[in-house]
Amino acid sequence: MTEPLLSVRDLTVQFPTRRGLLTAVDRLSFDLAPGEVLGLVGESGAGKSMTGSAIIGLLEPPGRIAGGEIRLKGERIDNLPAEAMRRIRGRRIGMIFQDPLTSLNPLIRIGDQLVETIVTHTDRTPWEAKLHAASLLEAVGIPAARARIDSYPHEFSGGMRQRVVIALALAADPELIIADEPTTALDVSVQAQIIAVLKDLCRDKGTAVILITHDMGVIAETADRVAVLYAGRLAEIGPVADVISRPHHPYTRGLMGSIPSLDGGRDRLEQIPGSMPRLSHIPPGCAFNPRCLQAFARCVAERPPAYRADASEAACFLLDPAMSPAEAAR
Amino acid sequence: MLAFLIRRIAEALVVMVVVAFFAFSMFRFMGDPVANMMGPDATIADREAMTKRLGLDQPFPVQFAAFLGNVAEGDFGVSFRVGRPVIDLVKERLPATLELALISGLFALVGGIGLGVYTALRRDGLLSRAIMAISLIGVSLPTFLIGIALIYLFAVELRWLPSFGRGETVRIGGWTTGFLTGSGLASLVLPSITLGLFQMTLIMRLVRSEMLEVLRTDYIRFARARGLTTRAIHFGHALKNTLVPVITVTGLQLGSIVAFAIITETVFQWPGVGSLFISSVQAVDVPVMATYLLFVAGFFVFVNLVVDLLYFAVDPRLRSATTGGH
Amino acid sequence: MAAADAVRAGRLRRALDSDLFYSFRRSPLTVVAAVVVLVIGLAALLAPWIAPTDPFDPSSLDLMDGKTPPLKPNEFTGHTFLLGTDDQGRDVFSAILYGARISLLVGFASVVVSMAIGIALGLLAGYRGGWVDSVIMRVADVQLTFPDLLVALMIFGIARGALPIAAQEHMAIPVLILSIGIAKWPQYARTVRGVTMVERGKDYVQAARVVGLPAGKIMRRHILPNVLGPVLVIATLGLSLAIITEATLSFLGVGVPPTSPSLGTLLRIGQEYIASGEWWILFFPAIALVAIALSVNLLGDWLRDALNPRLR
Repeated sequence: MTEPLLSVRDLTVQFPTRRGLLTAVDRLSFDLAPGEVLGLVGESGAGKSMTGSAIIGLLEPPGRIAGGEIRLKGERIDNLPAEAMRRIRGRRIGMIFQDPLTSLNPLIRIGDQLVETIVTHTDRTPWEAKLHAASLLEAVGIPAARARIDSYPHEFSGGMRQRVVIALALAADPELIIADEPTTALDVSVQAQIIAVLKDLCRDKGTAVILITHDMGVIAETADRVAVLYAGRLAEIGPVADVISRPHHPYTRGLMGSIPSLDGGRDRLEQIPGSMPRLSHIPPGCAFNPRCLQAFARCVAERPPAYRADASEAACFLLDPAMSPAEAAR
Repeated sequence: MLAFLIRRIAEALVVMVVVAFFAFSMFRFMGDPVANMMGPDATIADREAMTKRLGLDQPFPVQFAAFLGNVAEGDFGVSFRVGRPVIDLVKERLPATLELALISGLFALVGGIGLGVYTALRRDGLLSRAIMAISLIGVSLPTFLIGIALIYLFAVELRWLPSFGRGETVRIGGWTTGFLTGSGLASLVLPSITLGLFQMTLIMRLVRSEMLEVLRTDYIRFARARGLTTRAIHFGHALKNTLVPVITVTGLQLGSIVAFAIITETVFQWPGVGSLFISSVQAVDVPVMATYLLFVAGFFVFVNLVVDLLYFAVDPRLRSATTGGH
Repeated sequence: MAAADAVRAGRLRRALDSDLFYSFRRSPLTVVAAVVVLVIGLAALLAPWIAPTDPFDPSSLDLMDGKTPPLKPNEFTGHTFLLGTDDQGRDVFSAILYGARISLLVGFASVVVSMAIGIALGLLAGYRGGWVDSVIMRVADVQLTFPDLLVALMIFGIARGALPIAAQEHMAIPVLILSIGIAKWPQYARTVRGVTMVERGKDYVQAARVVGLPAGKIMRRHILPNVLGPVLVIATLGLSLAIITEATLSFLGVGVPPTSPSLGTLLRIGQEYIASGEWWILFFPAIALVAIALSVNLLGDWLRDALNPRLR
């Protein structure tokens, strides 16, 4: 494998509350190759968005990175001074948020919002930046882009606004885009279009994408690899096709079992009993052990490391090659 | 937008007519206008002549219409106390009040927005906390005490600034201004601070809370994610959005500065319409009281209209909502 | 007898256990404010018995005592005064006690006036709705456009004009109370109207109407208790505003007559001596006024937070 674009090692995000220190992301590690699309899935509260915010350096205080490191092309970015991190944001790492209706400043023309982003990060003059802005709007599929560059955000529909947001995130040609639930707030009918725009543009420009979502359908269509998070920890990571068709972690298996499939292969959706623990009540050992039908003594005592399994990795003792068959059978 | 504007102007006119009716009723029913104007030695024939001249023998609606007509022509009657036309008294004293109100308004606006932004951005700073604590005390102190405290400190103890009056003024046409002389400017300092302080505190607290609100919004987060400079985020984005809701309150606050000038003018013996009004209340000089009421009402209505127009200038969503563009 | 005592003791215990009292004890600033209000209030109430002299009795004044500094014997008469004397030889301490009495009286009474008008009109507007509501609320809106102080000044001026000259002097305080009271009713009316409209829609009021209870009785028995909480908060905060308004009017020379000075009048007198060194004539009344206004304000803030935690 070539040098990864992004390398996350043992990332830990914590925030103090009245009831003590909560760990929202717990020793998370993964790599991302240039141009690769990685899906980040999990239930709400699993630490997906926190991971994204930590990478781009926008954790809301009092949340903070308590351990581990994040490297962009080998250079550490998790402990940079604020000004150096600001230069990375937008220029090398872009981000798209969930709600296009509130992501754009309502009082500023979209053209001006694009121009300020371009001028901040490149040597373009404002006039060149405006031409570039128009071409960006065209690229994200806004009809009559030149005419609409002086419009205000409220003059666009939700889907069109998310296209503008994508244009803004891509304005300075970043190497990585973090898309945090980019279609959740949109009408179902435009969700697919937005994902297609994002996917096509990033493929053309060679931009890597971290796609945060709880929609496995979107992941299946878009991502190269997928990482499944549970209670702030990595449960499983691997190529999309493998994780979907041959999940190794019991949680992933449960997750896949709960997705309706169009071919009607299964007539009853499976459900994982129980629910994800709150951050203040994570059980010892494997965080999934109270809900896991295959849990055994070790799962309560120790936290499982990631084991290789085919092309994937999964944090489950069932995959420990050293484990005795007798233990596994119980 | 035009329709909206016409509606607002119509509403403003209604308010003005109501206030005018009130002012007229004061004229008509408080005491005996004829006796007030002629003194006790007038003969019955003189009194009847005066009653006729004043139109007091006419039916009420006719009298009110005549009153409105006179007001429109700038005739507000004659002061009982001084015996001169009210409009002349007001003309003499209006420049003093307007100059004072202008400087106080600027002070309140600039100081309020500046300190509000500062305390919002440095929310946990020592200086911010100190400013907030002092502002809380400032709001609960009566204006005249603040004025007296300022006089004591800067005029009596330090002897830096004059404690009363306008200083030297320059006459330009019908307008006397204190802006062109050193003593005129020095005389403006303490009264302007006294008059503007309360409004400044209100504006500051409002700007602060709005700014904190705006800094939490998604579009500010997205602006950060785009790597814009802190400066651009705070002053290019957040401040603009902060000012939209601040405009209304600020506009009304600046309007009330003219009314509160009454207190400041008394403390600093400022020769403006406020002190004219106070002497007229003390002497029950009805024409002056009524005229002052009309002036202040007109000023408030004007400020309200300006605030509405400013809204359109600042918020594009309103512009298209009323033109029916969307 | 014993049973009545037990009931009273039970009530007291309940009051001490209540959330309100708990949040009171938790805020030291509020306790201090309450003590200040209590002390000044009592001192003002008992002024005729506490005050060393009667500052309004001209026969008891000695011009020779004039401008005596605090705690220093007068150079001519040898008399010593706790807070000094003013130009007339009036004891500043006694004047403050009597002045606070007038200030508090006008403050309380004007709050009662605005409360009465505001509750009555607010209930009427909220309960009747329709044109009654529109008329009342439009009047309130127009009045709210103007600052309270200006409205109070106008009403005061009009009332003065309407009264015969002979009556002006002894009617001054009632006129002042009415002016401030009328200037501040819209705030109460707005709040009461809002609560009334909410309550009117509720089932129990509907039921009472269906049963045929007269409107007046429904308002008094069912709706009034619900508006008392918010009204109490406005009234407490309004009390400090009313005291300040009274002080301002008296300072402007249009409030109480100089023969029965309130704190504002004392400040008006004292202002003339700031340049000549007799600071105590101004300073002590100012401290008294600020202490009252600030303390009542703090109590109001606490009451608002305690009765409606959502506001913070």
